[in-house]
Amino acid sequence: MTLGIDDVKAIAHLARIAIDEETLPTHVKNLSSVLALADQLKATDTDGVEPMAHPLDAVQRLRDDVVTESDQREKFQSIAPAVQDGLYLVPKVVE
Amino acid sequence: MHDKTLAELSRLLAEGSTTSVELTRHFLDRIAAHNDSLNALITVTADSALAAAEAADAQRAAGNAGPLCGVPFVHKDIFCTDGVRTSCASKMLDNFIAPYDATVVSKLSEAGMVCLGKANMDEFAMGSSNESSYYGAVKNPWNPDCVPGGSSGGSAALVAAGLAPAATGTDTGGSIRQPSAFCGITGIKPTYGRVSRYGMIAFASSLDQGGPMARSAEDCALLLQAMAGFDERDSTSVERPVEDYSASLGDSIEGLRIGLPEEYFGEGLDPAVAETVRAAVAELEKLGAVVKKISLPKQALGIPAYYIVAPAEASSNLSRFDGVRFGHRCDAPADLEDLYKRSRAEGFGEEVQRRIMVGAYVLSAGYYDAYYLKAQKIRRLIRDEFLEAFNEVDVIAGPTTPTTAFALGAKTDDPVAMYLNDIYTITANLAGLPGVSLPCGFVNDMPVGLQLLSGHFTEARLLNVAHRYQQVTDWHRRMPAAYQ
Amino acid sequence: MQWETVIGLEIHAQLSSQSKIFSGSAIAFGAEPNTQANAVDLGMPGVLPVLNKAVLAMAVKFGLATGAQIGRTSVFARKNYFYPDLPKGYQISQMDLPIVGPGEVEITLEDGSSKIVRLTRAHLEEDAGKSLHEDYSGMSGIDLNRAGTPLLEIVSEPDMRSAKEAVAYARTIHSLVRYIGICDGNMQEGSFRCDANVSVRLKGEEEYGTRTEIKNVNSFRFLERAINFEVERQIDVLEAGKSVVQETRLYDADLDETRSMRSKEEANDYRYFPDPDLLPVVIDDAFIDSLRSTLPELPAARRARFISELGLSAEDAGTLTADRELADYFEAAMCGGKVKAKLAANWVIVELTGRLNKENLSLADSPVDAGALGQLLQRISDNTISGKIAKQVFDAMWAGEGSADEIIEAKGLVQITDTSAIEAMCDEVIAANPSQVEQYRGGKDKLLGFFVGQVMKASGGKANPAQLNEILRKKLQG
Repeated sequence: MTLGIDDVKAIAHLARIAIDEETLPTHVKNLSSVLALADQLKATDTDGVEPMAHPLDAVQRLRDDVVTESDQREKFQSIAPAVQDGLYLVPKVVE
Repeated sequence: MHDKTLAELSRLLAEGSTTSVELTRHFLDRIAAHNDSLNALITVTADSALAAAEAADAQRAAGNAGPLCGVPFVHKDIFCTDGVRTSCASKMLDNFIAPYDATVVSKLSEAGMVCLGKANMDEFAMGSSNESSYYGAVKNPWNPDCVPGGSSGGSAALVAAGLAPAATGTDTGGSIRQPSAFCGITGIKPTYGRVSRYGMIAFASSLDQGGPMARSAEDCALLLQAMAGFDERDSTSVERPVEDYSASLGDSIEGLRIGLPEEYFGEGLDPAVAETVRAAVAELEKLGAVVKKISLPKQALGIPAYYIVAPAEASSNLSRFDGVRFGHRCDAPADLEDLYKRSRAEGFGEEVQRRIMVGAYVLSAGYYDAYYLKAQKIRRLIRDEFLEAFNEVDVIAGPTTPTTAFALGAKTDDPVAMYLNDIYTITANLAGLPGVSLPCGFVNDMPVGLQLLSGHFTEARLLNVAHRYQQVTDWHRRMPAAYQ
Repeated sequence: MQWETVIGLEIHAQLSSQSKIFSGSAIAFGAEPNTQANAVDLGMPGVLPVLNKAVLAMAVKFGLATGAQIGRTSVFARKNYFYPDLPKGYQISQMDLPIVGPGEVEITLEDGSSKIVRLTRAHLEEDAGKSLHEDYSGMSGIDLNRAGTPLLEIVSEPDMRSAKEAVAYARTIHSLVRYIGICDGNMQEGSFRCDANVSVRLKGEEEYGTRTEIKNVNSFRFLERAINFEVERQIDVLEAGKSVVQETRLYDADLDETRSMRSKEEANDYRYFPDPDLLPVVIDDAFIDSLRSTLPELPAARRARFISELGLSAEDAGTLTADRELADYFEAAMCGGKVKAKLAANWVIVELTGRLNKENLSLADSPVDAGALGQLLQRISDNTISGKIAKQVFDAMWAGEGSADEIIEAKGLVQITDTSAIEAMCDEVIAANPSQVEQYRGGKDKLLGFFVGQVMKASGGKANPAQLNEILRKKLQG
């Protein structure tokens, strides 16, 4: 798979990563080479093979419906970049 | 003191020949003397270490000390430590004081261990050379021009250099075993689900697994005993009793069936490394093991499958780093998009950005089936091939890495060349298998690692084989001259 | 041109668990911002989700109540997108293998006819937090208390053909989820939210038209108005020769219109994939059977029983069974059959509900419980008091003056059924109004009411009305 500059821009947007125009060609080259590596899988026949998301055939364990957590807002917000009145602040959200 | 194994230090503590405070001071002094050149630790927690050491000595005096009580060690900086910066070697988390302990952290402190600080690593555990760290590369103690391996490069280097008798690591594609091999120490990646992932900052959730790195298999057995076990806070943690890893260390390996996959000795393997590994296998034969040639043709698919699955999971796992609740936030964001894009561009290094983008791509509309789903199918083929092999053999042996530690900067411009370094380690993660790397000789004065893999939840057997080997060899006792 | 409306609904029902779907945080409404958001809810590094058993059970109950297939193996997937109220940068939801598969519900329309609406699926997911748009130093504030609150998203097939049908369907689901105790149904607090997919097509056409999705509808009344507005809008667009744009539109109740949500316009690529932090959820027969046995009589069955066994009208049965608590109240007020169903239904629907509405109280807050009302209704049934006096007693009960019997006793309200006593009162009234008596006897029948009123007044309202009428009529005829 060879990517173009527009592909990389679209991926970077999807991943919310700002990319400098001048580094774009390097990204194009490196991402293309990683995808070329990934393309090696295409030759292998996987018809009828069930995809495997986890290495063990385990099933989800369930938690009892009990409140186990108490308020730690002060501690959590002491490491937050911007807070006011207990809220996390972000640039204006437009809906 | 610093040339002793953890097991030896544990015995010295038990017989009262030393104290935890004495050991802790000694290793803190070692760190002060050598960390500048090695760059193996990002954070040193001297004060809390000494306090923990005093508490451990008091506990011992009160007569309720376990084998790890008072033993100093270092955590890889991927494990969250309450009140202590947990950076994951990223600018993104340079200011992140974790507000809770990882389960592994709680377990080791409950065992009375003394944490000296946080080890350097590849940023977000993405790398095989420890060169992607925001805090700079770690040097290999055997040769400062070489990499220590990665991603647990700081952990491996500091144990090899005797700055601590042990360290924790994590292994997503070889990140415990590869640096253990490059630095000449012993490290085990347990079965997926054996060690809790809670509080261990996620890279690829279905592959990540924490484990110990130390001087010997005996040390790893003691550490893994304390780290392993079911954790109700981790859905992927396995509810299954933990074996007594130390009890079976000395068992005979007479009749043990060892498989040598031809694919692990093929193209790309340094012939001198191959020879060293074959000699180690011959040593195991002398101990009664039976060696058998096997073939694992699907192994070659491991690298491409891994570089789809791991980035896919990582791209999603790392979305939480958005500059809103913690971590790096860019200055004066113009709007929401700007906040996200600049915070993430500034906070993440190049390799992390690359993997996030690869992951976003392979999951995106139109590519999901061809890449992600395909890789998940290949993953099953690889696992099934292993499970079939373990019907024939007990343990699979081979080199941990194709070469010894390479030079700093040698592969930083070519991500794919860097990835190929994990060719022998990566499939164990895809299949969830346990694997150990132990020192088995030197090539050009650089350590060579022997990798042993076995079936799910057979860590005790791996440690047993490794220990028997270490009883008849002394590669694991060698220390780099500069740090003796 | 004859247009046909096609509507499908996506309903988000907040499940009434104690703790969140993947963490042990509380989910009480109205807590101080971010005081119910723990490390897992905040998406802190390294933390992991564990599924709440009660939440899973609630989803299965919904599936059983709608005759749906229960997903024996269901999988949680990540829906990836960036938004400040979404702490992890992904929402844990279900995609390919939902917990509840296809099912159906029967809805009753205003004209009494009924219709089957097919359910596509229902799946579990976590709610997001809230963005507060008041000005915080020129920024928006984020409260993540709601993040991780369990939701059941119930998706219907596009089976509804009018806003009224859509509302009837939404009400049916609303009643059902409250019946089986999985959702409190509070629309103001956002516990029950409806998104409507609306399109129009020419009558007789097979293909569906391009649809829009309407969000932000927080009452049934607004749901109806929003759909009607949107249908008109789409018809106008099509009749003007233009095409409908597939988009999300926000309903503005103040302006009674829908408008395009600019921020959501961008085509999203959610990159769904199985959440590697969670394992497949496997449900066995024992779990399903244990839940089946806890299901109450469902509204449709109860409604049918009220009509066939209790002889209630379809309308009354519908009103009573729309709300499980109301139906329970009604049945309790019948006191095991001592009170006739029709009488109990009238009192519950007219007097009780009217009073509650007037005072803006919920049934749970009613000062008169079902047992107390039942006692009052028994006193009507056994002729101790008249229906009219009963209202007076009910008022006193409402004011907390005691039980029906206590009030009747204290106020001396026992109905006068002694024929001689009533006759005496009638004689007095007849004697006191000779001219009216003359007129009555002259053919002015309507004056009977006047006499009844006078005697009632004299009896303090306590005379048995039926006896009084009969006696008066006889005496006036002379």
